[in-house]
Amino acid sequence: MKRNRFGVFCSTALSVAILALALSGCSGDKGAKKEESAEPYKIGAIFSVTGRGAPIGQPERETAELMRDQINAAGGINGRMIELIVEDDEGDETKAMMAAKKLIEKDGVIAIIGPSLSGPTLAISQYVAEAQVPMVACAASVKIVDPVNPWVFQVALTDRHSVNKILTYLTSQGINKIAFINDSNAYGVSGKAEMTALAPKKGVEVVAWEAFGGEDTDMTPQLTRVKASGAEAIVVWGTNPGPAVITRNMKQLKMTIPLVQSHGVANMKYIELSGDSSEGVVLPAGRLIVANQLPDSDPQKQILLDYTKAFTEKYNKPPDHYGGHGYDAIMLTAKAVEKAGADRSLIRETLEKTTGFIGTDGIFNITPEDHNGLSEDSFVMVRVENGQWKLLDQ
Amino acid sequence: MKSLLKNDYGILVALMFVLAAPPILVKFGAMNSYYISILIFMALNTMIAVGLNLLVCHAGQISLGHAAFYGIGAYTSAILTVVYGCPLWVDVIAAMVLSGVIAYLVGAPTLKLKGHYLAVATMGLGIIAFIVMNEWHSVTEGPSGIVGIPRLKIFETVMRTDMQVYYLYWAIALIVILVAINILNSRVGRALRALHGSETAAAAMGVNVNSYKLKVFVISAVFAGLAGSLYAHYMTFISPPSFGLQFSIMLVLMIIVGGAETIWGALIGAVLITSMRAFLGEALGAYKDYDVIVYGLVMMVVMIFIPAGLAGGVSIIARKLKRGSAQPEEIGA
Repeated sequence: MKRNRFGVFCSTALSVAILALALSGCSGDKGAKKEESAEPYKIGAIFSVTGRGAPIGQPERETAELMRDQINAAGGINGRMIELIVEDDEGDETKAMMAAKKLIEKDGVIAIIGPSLSGPTLAISQYVAEAQVPMVACAASVKIVDPVNPWVFQVALTDRHSVNKILTYLTSQGINKIAFINDSNAYGVSGKAEMTALAPKKGVEVVAWEAFGGEDTDMTPQLTRVKASGAEAIVVWGTNPGPAVITRNMKQLKMTIPLVQSHGVANMKYIELSGDSSEGVVLPAGRLIVANQLPDSDPQKQILLDYTKAFTEKYNKPPDHYGGHGYDAIMLTAKAVEKAGADRSLIRETLEKTTGFIGTDGIFNITPEDHNGLSEDSFVMVRVENGQWKLLDQ
Repeated sequence: MKSLLKNDYGILVALMFVLAAPPILVKFGAMNSYYISILIFMALNTMIAVGLNLLVCHAGQISLGHAAFYGIGAYTSAILTVVYGCPLWVDVIAAMVLSGVIAYLVGAPTLKLKGHYLAVATMGLGIIAFIVMNEWHSVTEGPSGIVGIPRLKIFETVMRTDMQVYYLYWAIALIVILVAINILNSRVGRALRALHGSETAAAAMGVNVNSYKLKVFVISAVFAGLAGSLYAHYMTFISPPSFGLQFSIMLVLMIIVGGAETIWGALIGAVLITSMRAFLGEALGAYKDYDVIVYGLVMMVVMIFIPAGLAGGVSIIARKLKRGSAQPEEIGA
């Protein structure tokens, strides 16, 4: 009886295997459908609308939808509307992969904007390249564009730009011995790697390396060691709330050396969390948070003010730089589609030739070697004064 | 065919026919090729769930740390192939072996614990593994993850398309199920069931309780390590958040929703949870932002109305339908 069952099992297994082989021989090609001219341009978006990346993904989606509405209200691109298909990756790499496959294979999008976070972006980068779909990522890891993936672009300012900006600022202040304290998350670790590589080139010595965990509520031990190290300034690389804890602890320890934070806390939340202690803290930030202080000659000023106004009107809150990434991603894509139409590889080529595109993050000059296209000049240094961001003279 | 469905091998054969359907549907344009990628993730989740099903449902041991073994498998493969250029498939074996060895070392002391204590101990393992992945920068590259993991090859053919990966991974998943069925139908399986019924009674009857518990823990870790390795080769990129506590809980959810009675509960759970994660947002259309709530509601409804899980529920209904001829399922052969 048992042997009999096994016989049936084995013969069926064999036949299924043969069937499978026969099928795998036939390639599953499906020719790209020729769209009619009246059909909308389908653009996919993958944002972390829920989950750990929600504070980043939410404003990105809101902005992308706002800009879609603006473009469509103005008659679309080349007379065709934009259809934006937003997927939520929940900050999860597997989910991001599912979303990318859906957008490309099922919806047939001509380009993808996002994801919001570096992990999901890196997870789908190879796939979008194989599927030959251009992607404009909103996440900040340097790994996304270094080494260059021909199909992947990036709008976010990277840690490399930020570290360079800070080092330039410090040397201009005559400071060349610093302490570096980083968050032990992906953001903090990446900042540390860049600082390790770039500080010697600018003649800055890091005399103390310290780290903290995202949930830590007291950083006095790290600061005590920094105090003993003879550092002339402290650079902190982290995301809320850790950097605010350091800011308050420094005040409690009566440490007076300058505190430089990273662009990771260039938001009002940081000022709220650290209260009065944040007075005088300096950090690099995109121009968005100081848009109205910019000189009129600044090419980004008008765009930043328009965006801030439109966003505030629609969502009753001011935009942040994450929303700015969403703005740059959809506008860069829209501009490329305007020239290239629905042809994916033409969109890729057009994106790669972008020069002088004025976005919220900076002025983009993309080349085949640099798929980010921003420079450290996209950052400005700001200081906290009376609980507000004050633009420093460049 | 009907009599075939009464035994596990029959179901396995039927499953093969079901699995042959999607590629045919895709070929004739009746199904979008995107769904194949979801089926690949189902295969991976099935491998882990089957192992966990052996552990939880048949040996009565809970594990809230199986994402750790999934992660150990994925990282072993990633590091061996990317950093050391280890030949393909050798790294898969290494991933399984390392997961098994770590399970043995961890299991030897912790499996003496019972109930909630064991759950907490395995959860601790999951948390430790997660911290190691995040903090051991020189080896794991920390939170930024490992890029450029090569795809698997069979002889000289690179598993590049989803369709190739689909056949390969489901073939492996079926082998995993077959191995699990054979374990359950052996001496070990009977001992495990005895264990599940009552550890004390089993021990009194001469079953070496600790040794069996440890064996099944190691087997389930090996399955999870295998799935992790295959995941790494499919995604070509891994980073720690994929292997956190949340994934461990999702795995337990799979076997609870699927049902504890048979090994098929694991398959049903893996298929259901994976497809809910993939399709729920889509199915809700304009209300897709509420998918998390619906997800929770489905879990609650299943737990309240079919506490035995879906596989259990199906067999209860089947038994009610042919009332009178209800017979307990034959154990072994």
